[in-house]
Formats: sequence, structure tokens, C-alpha cells
Amino acid sequence: MSFRLREGGRLIDRSKVLRFAFNGASKKGFAGDTLASALLGANQMLMGRSFKYHRPRGVVASGAEEPNALMNLGKGAFFEPNQRATTTELYEGLEAGSQNHWPSLETDIGALNGYVSRFLPAGFYYKTFMAPRHAWKYLFEPFIRQSAGLGKAPEEGDGDRYEHFYMFTDVLVVGGGIAGLQAALSAARTGVRVLLLEQTADWGGRAVVDGTVIDGMPADAWVQATLATLSEMENVTIRARCMGAGIYDHGYVLGYERVADHTPQAGAPRHRLWKIRARQVVTATGAIERPLSFAGNDIPGVMLASAVRDYVVNFAVAPGKRTVVVTNNDDAYRTALALVAQGLSVPLIVDARPRGGGALAEQAARAGIAIRKGGAIAGVLGGKRVTGVKVCAMNGTDVTEVACDAVAMSGGWSPVVHLWSHCGGKLLWSEAEAHFYPDPALPPTNHTGAGFVRAAGISNGAMATSACLADAQSQGAAAGLAAGGNAVSDAPAAAEDLPAEPLQPVWLMPEGAPIAMREKAWLDFQNDVKVSDVQLAAQEGFESVEHTKRYTTLGMATDQGKLSNINGLAILSKALNEEIPQVGTTTFRPPYTPISMAAIAGEARGDTFQPLRQTPMHAWHDANGAYWEPVGHWRRPYCYQRGRETVEQAVSREVRNTREALGLLDASTLGKLLVKGPDAGKFLDMLYTNMMSSLKPGRCRYGLMCSENGFLSDDGVVARIDEETFLCHTTSGGADRIHAWMEDWLQCEWWDWNVYVANLTEQYAQVAVVGPNARTLLERLGGMDVSKDALPFMAWSDGTLGGFEARVFRISFSGELSYEIAVPASQGAAFWETLHRLGADLGAMPYGTEALHIMRAEKGFIMIGDETDGTVIPQDLGLNWAISKKKTDYLGKRAQARSDMVRDDRWRLVGLETLDGAVLPDGAYAVAEGNNALGQRRMIGRVTSTYHSPTLGRGIAMGLVEHGPERMGEVLEFPGTDGRVFKAKIVDPVFYDREGEKQDV
Amino acid sequence: MLLLTCPYCGVEADETELSPGGEAHLKRFGPGASDEDFEAYLFLRDNPKGVHLERWRHANGCGKWFLAARCTSTLEVFGTYPAQTTRPPEDVLEAIRAKRPGWEMPA
Repeated sequence: MSFRLREGGRLIDRSKVLRFAFNGASKKGFAGDTLASALLGANQMLMGRSFKYHRPRGVVASGAEEPNALMNLGKGAFFEPNQRATTTELYEGLEAGSQNHWPSLETDIGALNGYVSRFLPAGFYYKTFMAPRHAWKYLFEPFIRQSAGLGKAPEEGDGDRYEHFYMFTDVLVVGGGIAGLQAALSAARTGVRVLLLEQTADWGGRAVVDGTVIDGMPADAWVQATLATLSEMENVTIRARCMGAGIYDHGYVLGYERVADHTPQAGAPRHRLWKIRARQVVTATGAIERPLSFAGNDIPGVMLASAVRDYVVNFAVAPGKRTVVVTNNDDAYRTALALVAQGLSVPLIVDARPRGGGALAEQAARAGIAIRKGGAIAGVLGGKRVTGVKVCAMNGTDVTEVACDAVAMSGGWSPVVHLWSHCGGKLLWSEAEAHFYPDPALPPTNHTGAGFVRAAGISNGAMATSACLADAQSQGAAAGLAAGGNAVSDAPAAAEDLPAEPLQPVWLMPEGAPIAMREKAWLDFQNDVKVSDVQLAAQEGFESVEHTKRYTTLGMATDQGKLSNINGLAILSKALNEEIPQVGTTTFRPPYTPISMAAIAGEARGDTFQPLRQTPMHAWHDANGAYWEPVGHWRRPYCYQRGRETVEQAVSREVRNTREALGLLDASTLGKLLVKGPDAGKFLDMLYTNMMSSLKPGRCRYGLMCSENGFLSDDGVVARIDEETFLCHTTSGGADRIHAWMEDWLQCEWWDWNVYVANLTEQYAQVAVVGPNARTLLERLGGMDVSKDALPFMAWSDGTLGGFEARVFRISFSGELSYEIAVPASQGAAFWETLHRLGADLGAMPYGTEALHIMRAEKGFIMIGDETDGTVIPQDLGLNWAISKKKTDYLGKRAQARSDMVRDDRWRLVGLETLDGAVLPDGAYAVAEGNNALGQRRMIGRVTSTYHSPTLGRGIAMGLVEHGPERMGEVLEFPGTDGRVFKAKIVDPVFYDREGEKQDV
Repeated sequence: MLLLTCPYCGVEADETELSPGGEAHLKRFGPGASDEDFEAYLFLRDNPKGVHLERWRHANGCGKWFLAARCTSTLEVFGTYPAQTTRPPEDVLEAIRAKRPGWEMPA
């Protein structure tokens, strides 16, 4: 059993009892506990079920590397799955649930998978689900969905608050162990700004657990003194609970601060994402202990030796009463000594090395602990809990059983090189320590080509305490200098190292273990990958480590193989008969441990997700029944609903009223670009397909813009203001894009042309006054002559209307008598309301974008984005009248001469009229006899715009059809998605007032 | 998250302030150009592992287009310069050659 010791625990406060719930059962822990230590203290070793076989799993580690103890935490809007119990600080009222089991943690039906594990080897999914195809849908997929997966998905929106934080620093030190503290101190002494981050709530890393002596004092005291020194330095910023999550290009680093995970719902933001720019980064990220691969190494009670030590020293929790230690290095002896010091039993230390260990081994021997040199574990006894181990010689012979309830294992230490590697730092292999460590000659480089990341201490392979501190001092000082600091005299803190025997790499015990053992020797606990799986993958030809990862799932999911990767690739290299460095590692990608999606979103949620652009009349629309439609970042009324009207009824009313009386449209979102300068005419002649330089001041002209590919990109009316000035209207969504397009050509191609462009879109409110009564309304306002003679069709004029400073354009997108009137944005709302007040008895009603669309379609006017899709040229749309034949050049002209653009069978614009008056489905394709090269039905056209026309009382549509204009009167078939086939006749696209008499009155 | 110095306003700009514009120093071919020249102008782009001359706009800053010489492999920036030129200025060329001996300006 695991239990709480009577005394000790450097991180817990026994005077503060915290109550929490695990799978609904009430438990107790202390302030300072992690969820994992509190569960162990309450004799809850079983913390989850494995992913594939649903095997019972206990906690293995004590920190970020934990693969097994993943919890569903909280509930409702504060629920989050896959939280590591080892990094979850306990708080009063915490609610945790174990994952991946049914019906309960203790009794899991899915564990039956384990009995068929022989039939679920690596690549099982790929092999089994090839055929028959329907078996996937009805058999395999439901089975896998039921049994696979870790935590539950949250069902509610996130109830917490998150924020982003921006930081610039000269030196960033990641890691608050003794190396990080020393590096921060040495960097700070050079005078530069230093930011020091530690992912946990407390400082000092392993040294404070291991009883290291630094500068003649216990590590704990040295850590507190150094922290105090750093806190007093004005150039140093310190944050605990803040993980260095990822290092990116040119010194960009993400920090992930868990501000309030331990004080939920107390008002603080839960997580804070730090966006850091650092000149230099020091990664003092320590090392992670490796498990050993032996049969039954996943049975609850088998833990990392360092984790056992952490639980005993930090939390006064013993994983068991009798702990067998198994190791290939000296460090694990510390665990045996720590257990014995608490009066706990260590029946045996199994040391794989024939010669055994150094000074620590001597201490253990003096403490009376039995040591078996050259030994191995032949198997672990027990199911949901360790009951003993079978010990043997390294060659597998001479098996004896030892009763115990915990196993502490150590396969050596791997430096945490994740952050070093994120942005391209390379690694070297150490034969002596059997681990990868940073190659100082190939660091990640910044924009100057110089290295900007330095690893320090154990994460740099400096394993002994004195070497760790010396390395940290030199890396910290060097980082300070590289970031612009001054050289100062500085020395590392001093420590003495115990004489140690070298580690002996052990990747599988015993040597030559038979298949029955290898099938129970787990490499990856989280994904249930065993030694036998990796060997099978190699045998089946998955020689690249990246392929082996995908085939076996080794190193995937939430822990990304922090415990399993080195062991796995050692097995792979043996199977391939290659050296470990030749096999290499998989790619280290940020973040180091999973960070919350909400932290990435930060404040950008709900109303602040993105800026909302509002016209000056937005509030009026909102108060008058607007049914909103997003248009770019704008919101525009789709229609205005009155009373109990449906959207369709409202749209029909708006169209009819505009055609019969008077409609008012808020057209403020239209792009308004002012193009000015002596070369403005020449410039617009290049941008538009038609001639703009010949336009007379006071007149308007509809123009088309194409990309250099020749494809139609935007359209709108250009008004010439004076000799040097044009006002170009663009589509609502296109203003910023076309502005940028103009700037690109002016800055990068025709930089000697004298032209200036200003985007005036938001400076003006614009109202379209449309319908037979439009002129009457403007005459009532008074102040300008808006008669046909004074202001003919396609003319514009400046003046005042009803006291409003106004620019009136006589243009029409509806086919009716129409004026578009621009007033200063600040006057927009007042002008809009005045029009409604004075026009009430003339039938003035607002209309929305759908009525606008219908009326333009009735007139056969194209819409960018409907009739165009980036593959359509103006010639396809019958717009040749708007393409100048006189101009020698315009953007897109050369492309429109390409052979594909002058093919005579391009799909071209026509009107479509259903035989029965129905509305064609949007985007429907016209089919003809025969098949295409792929054996599919031949298609000869498609619908681009389709509406019910309230004016005509039937469906109208436009479409692009092969040889379209030459096939007038022909009936085409358009299959719908519901099996129905629509028949439509090819007609002229202008359905209403073909002669254009109504707009020109 | 690249850092590029805008040669107009002098700001060392974060990538979030910038928008990319592809290969620099393209020569425009218009009406009358051969199919080969026009195809090269419109579609064919260098994609080197190494030195790349490229267009950037300080879109969320001063709004100016500028050009940059950058290594696509190491992300080292050899220099940035105004867009109103048909070839990189001498100091940028020297900076490239100093770090990448033997590099030749693409034709």
C-alpha cells in the first residue's frame, strides 16, 4: 500500500487539510500536495487505464513527464480532460476522475483487450482494416471509438478567463533548478534584463530533494538565498508556474503561466500566454529519468526511482512499505537511502552493473541494504498492484522471488533537449551517459546567423553538481555578454561530487529476454507500446524512427514520449543493427507539454474575437429589425423584418417596394479609394480594363479590375473628381485588398509615377436612394438640382441636400432611378433618418443585401464572388464592352491573350429560366451526354446566381455555360442533390427592363 | 516569427506586422511578350534552400513594401532594402557573399 509518513515532507503544510474527490469518493490531502501525492497518500495507486489494452496503471513519475495519471478535472464550464495528476496542485474541493475505463476504474471491460494483445500488435489497425470495407463502418470503427481515447471532451464553453502578455528581455532563462538560478544570476550580473521562468510552484529542481550541498549549505538554503538575491535585482523578473513552452524563430518564445489552476474561480485569469522576445535564451531544463524495460514494468507500484524519492522527500508519501530498487547507475541508490532514512524497507537493490556502484553504493551497503550486482528483473508479480519481483542474473538465469509492494527503477537520465531542438538546435550522443545532449557547435540561430540558445547544467549534459553549476555560470555569463552585457568577475557556486561508477546502458532486461517477456516489457505506457512492437515494426521495414513512431504510436499523445523515446529508439537501433545516433530522434515540436487551447485564444473570444466594423447607421438597423449578414468584417442587414414576417417575406416586400415606390440602402461599406496625382489617369488605365483617363470630371464609369492572370478581381464605379483626382468604388469586401494592390504596383513597379492613394471608405456614409420616388424625395430635401438635365445618368455632383454636405452619384445597381449619396460619416445616421422621415409618405423603406442581390440579378448585373471565382475572365461574362481595345496594356491583358483564355468553348454567362418557374439550386451543374476522362458525367455549365424574383414571380438564375450565348433557347438539365432534375432554358441574363429605360428617367 | 527591419521606418518588425509578397526583382512582361517570358514572369519562381531575395510589406506598420535577403534554411537575414530597385544594393550583396561565399545573384 501507499501511505503518508508521520513526519517530513518539505512541500506540504500538515496544518492545512484539503478535501477533494476522486471518482466521487471524498479524500484528504495537505496544502502543498499535488493531486498525485495526495492520492498516493490516500492509498490510491491505481490512477487510470491504458489507451489500448485498458491495463491498470499507477503513477510512474512526479512531474511533467507523467504518462499514466491523466485526470478529468472539474465540471461543467470548468471541466478539462487529460490533466496530469503530478503537475496538478491540490486545492480545496478539487474534483478529479480517472479516464479511459468502463464501467469503473477497478473493473474495466476494455481490459479484455489485454487478453487478445497478441492479436493487437503494432500496425494492427492498418493491417486489419484494409478489408472488407463495410466491416470498417459497422464493426471496427464502433469498437475503436468505444475503447480508444483518453479524456472526455468538455460539453460546455470554457468558463474561465485567459490572457496574453507581451515581454521583451535580453536573456530568458528557462528552468528554476540550481542551474537556472545560477545562470540567471550570472546573466543578471552582466547588467542585462533577465527573465527567469520555472514551470512548477517551487524552486531548486532535483538538488533540493537529493540533499546536495552548495557553497557549504543545504541546497534548499542556497536556493532561497539565490532567489532572494535575484528578487532584489532590478533587472531580473521571476515567474514560477510558468513553463517555457516553445522556442521559435529569431528569439521568439512562448511562456505558459498557470496563474490560477491552484486557486480556481478566485477571479484571476486561469492561464497567461507569454509572448516573449529574447535576445538570448538559456535552457536549464534539467533531465528526465528513463524507465527500464522489463516484463511487467507497467504494473501499478513500479515507478521511476527519482519519483519515489520526490514523493518521500517532498510530500512524505511512501509508494510502498517494501521497495525493490533496480538500476543501471549510481543515482537510484539515493532513493534506497531516502527510503531507509524514513524507516521504510528496501529488501534489495538490483544493479545491472557487474561491478556495482560507487560511493552511494557503499553508503547503501553500510545501511545494511542487500545489493545484487549484475542482476535484472525477470518479471513483476501482481495485477493492479505490485506484490513482488522475480530477480535474475543479467543473462536470465538464477531466478529468485522477492516480495515487495513497490519497484523503483532507473535507466539513467536524458537531458531535456526539447526547447534546444524546437528551433533547429542539433544533438550529440554521449556513449558514457547513453543520452543525447546539445551540440554546442550547432545551436538554433537567429536573424544575425548567431546562436541564440544555450543549454546549461544537466540539460547540457553536465551531470555532476559541480559541473552543472560551473556550466550554468559560464552559459549565463556568456548569454549576458551576447545580449549586450558587460564582463564582470563572477564565479559559480561550489559543490562537491561523490565518486561515482559509470552508468551501463541497459535497454532490455534480462539480456536476450524471450518473446513472452518482451510482450510485457512496456516502452510507452500511455500508448501501450511494448519492446516487441518496435521490433516488429523494424522487422516489417519501418526503419526510419519517424515511421516507427507513426506505425507503433511510440511517443505520441499527451506526453510525446518523454519517458519512452530514448528506450524505444535504442530498441529500434538494435533491431536495425545500427548505432543509436545513426537512427536519430523524432522531431521535438512545441509545446513542451500540452497548453490549453483557451490560453492560445487569450482574450480573442466572443465579441472580441475579431473587430466588427459598423457603419454609422448600424444602431438604426439594429433597432429596426435588421437580420444581419457578415460581409468581410462588416455586418450588413440582409433584410429588415417587420412584425411576424419571415426573412423571405421581408426580402420580397423590400424588392417590390423599391421597384414600385422608394427603397433606401446603406451602402457605406462600399470601398472608396481616392487616387490622386498627375499620373492618376495613366495609373487607372493600367488597373482597369477600360479607359479611365478619358473620363470627364463630373462623370462616372463602371470599371473592371483583373489580376495579372487575367481573372476578374473587383469591379465598381469610378468618378472623376477633377483633372488629377479619381474616386474608385470597390466591392465591400475588396476595399483593403484593392488598396494594397494599388500600393503594390505604385511602390514596386511604377514608383516613378506621381500618384497617391488614400482609403476613404470609413470617411463617408453612403446611401442609395432607389425607386420611382427617389427624385421626389431629394427635391423635398432641397439644395441641389437633381433633375435629369442637371444630373443625368452616370453623372455626379457636389452640393448640399437638406443642409447635409453631400456628393450625389447618379448610378444604379438595381435598374431603377437611383442616386447614391455620400455624406461625412459623422452625418450618416442623421442623414439616413432624415431620408426616412421625409420619405415616409413616398413609401420609403430600407432594403438589405438580399434585395440588392435580387434586383441586380433581375438586371443581369454580375457580382464579384458569385459570377467570378478566380478563374473567370471578363470576356466569359460578356463584358467585352468594358475592355478597352485602344489601350496597349492593362493588368491582365497579356494573360487574356493566352491560348486557354481565347478558347471558344469557355463557359460563358447566360440567363437561366426554369421551365416550371422553380428556383435552381445554387451551384448546380448542367450535364450533357457522355463521360469525361475520369468516367464522370460530362458537365457543361454551372449556376452562379439563383433567386426567386418577386418582380417576375418565378425563379431566375445566371450561369456559365459552354458555348452559352450561342445556345439561346436550348434546355439544359441540372441534377439537384435530392435526385430531382431541374430543366432550365438558356435566355438573355437581363430579365428586367432590358432597354434600361427605368434607370435613365 | 521572423524579425525584419523595415528600411523605411527603421522598426525591427515582428512577423505579425508584416505580410509576405514572394520573390523579389521579377521583371514584368506584358502584351507582346512571348509565351515563355510571360510564363516565367507569372508562374516560375525560385525556391532555393539558402539565399532568397523576397518581398515583404510592413502592412501593420508604415505600409511600405520592402525587400529582404534571407536564408530560407537558417532564417538568417543578410539585409533589407527599399523596393525601388531592380537589384540588391552593394552592401547587401557584400553581406550575402561574406556569409555565403560563391553565391551568385539568380539570373
